[in-house]
Amino acid sequence: MRVSFTVNGRPQEADDVWEGESLLYVLRERLGLPGSKNACEQGECGSCTVRLDGVPVCACLVAAGQAEGREVVTVEGLADYAKQRAEGCGTGSCGTPLDEARRWAAGGTHSRTGEGTGTVPRATLSPIQQAFIDAGAVQCGFCTPGLLVAADEMLERTPNPSDEDIREALSGNLCRCTGYEKIMDAVRLAAARQSEAV
Amino acid sequence: MGTTGTPTNITQGSRTRGGVGESTLRPDGILKVTGEFAYASDMWHEDMLWGQILRSTVAHAEIVSIDTSEALAQAGVYAVLTYDDLPTEVKHYGLEIQDTPVLAHGKVRHHGEPVAIVAADHPETARRAAAKIKVEYRELPVVTDESSATAPDAPLVHENRTDHYVGHVPHPNILHRQPIIRGDAEEAAKKADFIVRGEYTFGMQDQAFLGPESGLAVPAEDGGVDLYIATQWLHSDLRQIAPVLGLPEDKVRMTLSGVGGAFGGREDLSMQIHACLLALRTGKPVKMVYNRFESFFGHVHRHPAKLFYEHGATKDGKLTHLKARIVLDGGAYASASPAVVGNAASLGAGPYVVDDVGIEALALYTNNPPCGAMRGFGAVQACFAYEAQMDKLADKVGMDRVEFRRLNAMEQGSLMPTGQPVDSPAPVAELLRRVKAMPLPPERQWASSEGADVRQLPGGLSNTTHGEGVVRGVGYAVGIKNVGFSEGFDDYSTARVRMEVVGDEPVVTVHTAMAEVGQGGVTVHAQIARTELGVTQVTIQPADTQVGSAGSTSASRQTYVTGGAVKNACELVRERVLEIGRRKFGTYHPAWATAELLLEGGKVVTDGGEVLAGLTDVLEGECVEVEEEWRHRPTEPFDLRTGQGFGHVQYSFAAHRAVVEVDTELGLVKVIELACAQDVGKALNPLSVIGQIQGGTTQGLGVAVMEEILVDPKTAKVRNPSFTDYLIPTILDTPTIPVDVLELADHHAPYGLRGVGEAPTLSSTPAVLAAIRDATGLELNRTPVRPEHLTETETCWTSPRN
Repeated sequence: MRVSFTVNGRPQEADDVWEGESLLYVLRERLGLPGSKNACEQGECGSCTVRLDGVPVCACLVAAGQAEGREVVTVEGLADYAKQRAEGCGTGSCGTPLDEARRWAAGGTHSRTGEGTGTVPRATLSPIQQAFIDAGAVQCGFCTPGLLVAADEMLERTPNPSDEDIREALSGNLCRCTGYEKIMDAVRLAAARQSEAV
Repeated sequence: MGTTGTPTNITQGSRTRGGVGESTLRPDGILKVTGEFAYASDMWHEDMLWGQILRSTVAHAEIVSIDTSEALAQAGVYAVLTYDDLPTEVKHYGLEIQDTPVLAHGKVRHHGEPVAIVAADHPETARRAAAKIKVEYRELPVVTDESSATAPDAPLVHENRTDHYVGHVPHPNILHRQPIIRGDAEEAAKKADFIVRGEYTFGMQDQAFLGPESGLAVPAEDGGVDLYIATQWLHSDLRQIAPVLGLPEDKVRMTLSGVGGAFGGREDLSMQIHACLLALRTGKPVKMVYNRFESFFGHVHRHPAKLFYEHGATKDGKLTHLKARIVLDGGAYASASPAVVGNAASLGAGPYVVDDVGIEALALYTNNPPCGAMRGFGAVQACFAYEAQMDKLADKVGMDRVEFRRLNAMEQGSLMPTGQPVDSPAPVAELLRRVKAMPLPPERQWASSEGADVRQLPGGLSNTTHGEGVVRGVGYAVGIKNVGFSEGFDDYSTARVRMEVVGDEPVVTVHTAMAEVGQGGVTVHAQIARTELGVTQVTIQPADTQVGSAGSTSASRQTYVTGGAVKNACELVRERVLEIGRRKFGTYHPAWATAELLLEGGKVVTDGGEVLAGLTDVLEGECVEVEEEWRHRPTEPFDLRTGQGFGHVQYSFAAHRAVVEVDTELGLVKVIELACAQDVGKALNPLSVIGQIQGGTTQGLGVAVMEEILVDPKTAKVRNPSFTDYLIPTILDTPTIPVDVLELADHHAPYGLRGVGEAPTLSSTPAVLAAIRDATGLELNRTPVRPEHLTETETCWTSPRN
C-alpha cells in the first residue's frame, strides 16, 4: 500500500508498504530517516519516540497506515520544530525554508558511512539537543533521539519542571549508559536556558 | 573535582586548550543528538538483503534432521544455510577456546543456539522463511547447576575436550578451576574469636545495551568482504571470522559502525560470520539486525554464581582468615569464562588485608545460556559476597560496619592473596571515609504540607503507600577491580598519529582501531593529542582494521592502553617534529640545541616560554606520521595450584553508600540515593569520568533490585527475553548519584590514570543490599532482591531493626 504523511514539515510518500510494517520501519528503511532507533520493538524502551500530531508515541507500536495524513516529527526535524515553535508557529511544523533545507540535507551525507566525525556541519541545534551535549548526557547515544523528543515535548508543556516532573515524563525512555543523572542535568539546563531566553 | 595527594605528570606540560584534564565535549555529540550518527543497525546499501537466524527452541538435543526446502521455496528468499554449507574445515570460533559452532552440528547445547541462517529481500520475509525450516530434535537431559553437572552419570556438555584447561579440572563439565592459596586458612581460623559463614547467590544479569547486535556485510570484487559492525574489538573478531570464511585476514576489511553500548556483551561474536557467509553466498550486501528477543539469546551474560564464604576475626576486629568457594555457571560455551574465574579467585578476598586465604573459583559447563564478559567481570559476584560478610562480621565483633572495613582495608604496599604487592595508591579507607562523610538525604523527603508525593515513595505512581510501612536503611560497600587484561596476556594497543599542515594550520590525525562504544575514548584521544602536540585541530579517524589492533574496549583498559598508545605515538611525532625544526632552524637560535622544547599553541617554544618557530614553518612540505604498538608492564599467569603470581596490571577502587526506603508490607524498594567515591588516578575528562561512575553504579543498582535472566531449572529455557519481563532501571528507579572523585596518581600508568568503568559496578550492588538489610533486618543472601524475598514470613529474621 501507499502511505502519505508529513514528516518534519515535508510531505512524504512511501510505496509498497506491507500492512504489518510499523511507522518506525517506514521512517527508517523507506524514508531514509534512521534517527529514530529500534531497541525493543514493543514500546518498552522509548528509543523510537516521535511526535504524531504533536503527541509523543513509540513509532514501533504505530502501524504505518495509522500515520496516513498525519504529521510526524522525528529527531531529525527537532531543531527546526523547536525553532519554529520559538518563532511562534502554532504547531511547530510549518515547513522548512529552502535555504535551511539545503543545509540540513548537506549535513545528512555522512549518515550512511559512519565516517566524518571530524567534519560536523554546524546546523543549529534545538535547546534540548545543545543541553544534552553540554551536560554530558550522551554516551553511546542510542537512547538519545527518543529522549530528546520526549524531553522537548515535556518542556513545551512544562517549561519549569520539577525533578519529579522530569522523571515522570522520561520514565518511558530507557538509558543503559548514563545512570540518568546527566540527562536530568541536561533537561534542567535546557529549562533554565529557556526561561532565561523568555 | 577534588584533587588529593601527589600531582600527576603531564609529559610536556602543554596548556593547549582542550587537552588532558578538561571536560571537552564529545566529537560525535552533534551527530548523536541530530540522529545522523550511523549505528550498525542504520547501515544501508543499495540492493541489500536481510539476514535472519533460526535458533534452537530447546536447550539440549540431538538434531535428527533439518529440512530447508520450504523456506528456500518462499518468494524473496535468496539463501538458507546450515552447518553443511560452511565453506571450510574451520566451523567453530571462540575468544579463547574455539568450542562454539558457527551453526549447530548434530547437537544443540543451549536454548537459542543458531541452527540455520536465511537471507531475503525483506526482514519479515526472512523471519517467516526461518520459521518454515523444519528441525527435528531428540531432546537430551540437561545439566543446569553444579550438582547436576558433576553427578557421576552427568551428560557431558562437550565430549572429547582438547582445550588446555581439561588436564587440571576435576570433571569435564568444569571448564576451569583456579585455587588461590596463601598462608594457612585452617590454622589461622583457630585464632578467630568470631567466625561468620554465608552462602550467596548472584542472578544472571544481561548487559542490555540498547543498540541491538547488527552489521552490514558487503561482498567485494576481490572475493573478500567489507563488514561494518558494532563490536568491542575489531581485530579479535577478524581473527575468528576470517578462518571460517576461508579468507586471508586482509580480505575481511572491518570498519566500526556506531555502537549502541556494549558492557562486555559484544566481546564475543554474534552475527558477524553469519552476515559474511550470506553475503558471500548471495553476492549481495546483507544486513542483520537482532530484535530485542534475539539479542537476549545473541550474546553472553554475566555469570550467575553460588558463593560460599567463611571469614574470621579477632575480638579487636582484625580479619584472621578467609575460606571461599565461588561456583560460576559458564553455560554451554567457554566464551571468557576462564578469565572470569581468574578474576573471581584473585579478587575474591576484596580490598582487605587477610594473610591466610584459601579460595577456589570454578566455572561450569552447563546447558544454560553461555556466560562471559560483563562490566566487572568476576569481581562483581565476589564483591556481593565478601561485602555481606563484612557487615555480618562487624556486627559479631560489635564494631561500626564502616570502621570495621577501614580497620582491615588494604593500602599501598599490601599483598594480594596472589602474593602480588599493590604498588600504587589503594585509598580504600579514605574512600569509605569520604562516602560516609557525604551529607545524608533528608528523612521523609516525600512529605509535604499537601500530603505525600507518591512519586518519591516505594511503588511510585502506583500509589501503594503514603509512607505507611516505609522504613529507611543505609548500607555501605567497597570493592576492588583489576584494570587491563591479566594473567600474562599480551595486552597491547596500536596508534597511528600524523601531523601536517592543512590550510595554513597544523593538524593532527589520530587513527586507532579502538571501539568507541559510548565511553568517550574518541574524546580522550583528541585531548591527549592536543596536550602532547600543542595543536587544537585534531581529527579522529574511524576505527577499522587498516591500522593495528587496539585491544578490547573492556576491562576498564582503553584510556590506559590505547590512550597510552596515542600518547606514545604523539611523543614520537613530537621528537620527529623537533628534529625537523633543529635541521631547518637550529642555526638561528642556540635554544634549539640547549633548551627543553615544547609544542604549544601551534608553535615550538622553550620551557621558558620563548617562541622558536611556528609549526606551520617547521612542517612546511613535510608530514610526520608514526604508527606504534604500546604495552603496559607485563603480567604473569597464576600458578595453577596456588594462584600465586603477578597477575594484574593495576587495581581500581570504588566505595558506595546506599540509602533506601522499603515498603515492608509490599516488599517494594525505592533507592533514595547512591553515593560513590572513587579513585581514578587522573581524570582525563572529568565529565566522562563521572558519567562512567554514574552509569556503572546504575547497572549495579539494577542487579540489586530488578535485573535477572530467569532460566527454567528443568528445561534450561530462558523465560524472560524481553524488556517487558527483564527490567532495567528507568529514570524513576534511579536515584541521585553524588560522586566524589579522588585523583591519586599511579606512576606506572599514562598521566597516572586508573581505569574507571568497572569499579563502580561492583560495590553498588552490595551497598543497596546492605541498605535493604538495614531497613528490614532480613538476611537476604541473594541478588536481585524481589518483593517476595522481603515479605516471605518463612525467611530467617536476624536482628530486626529497633
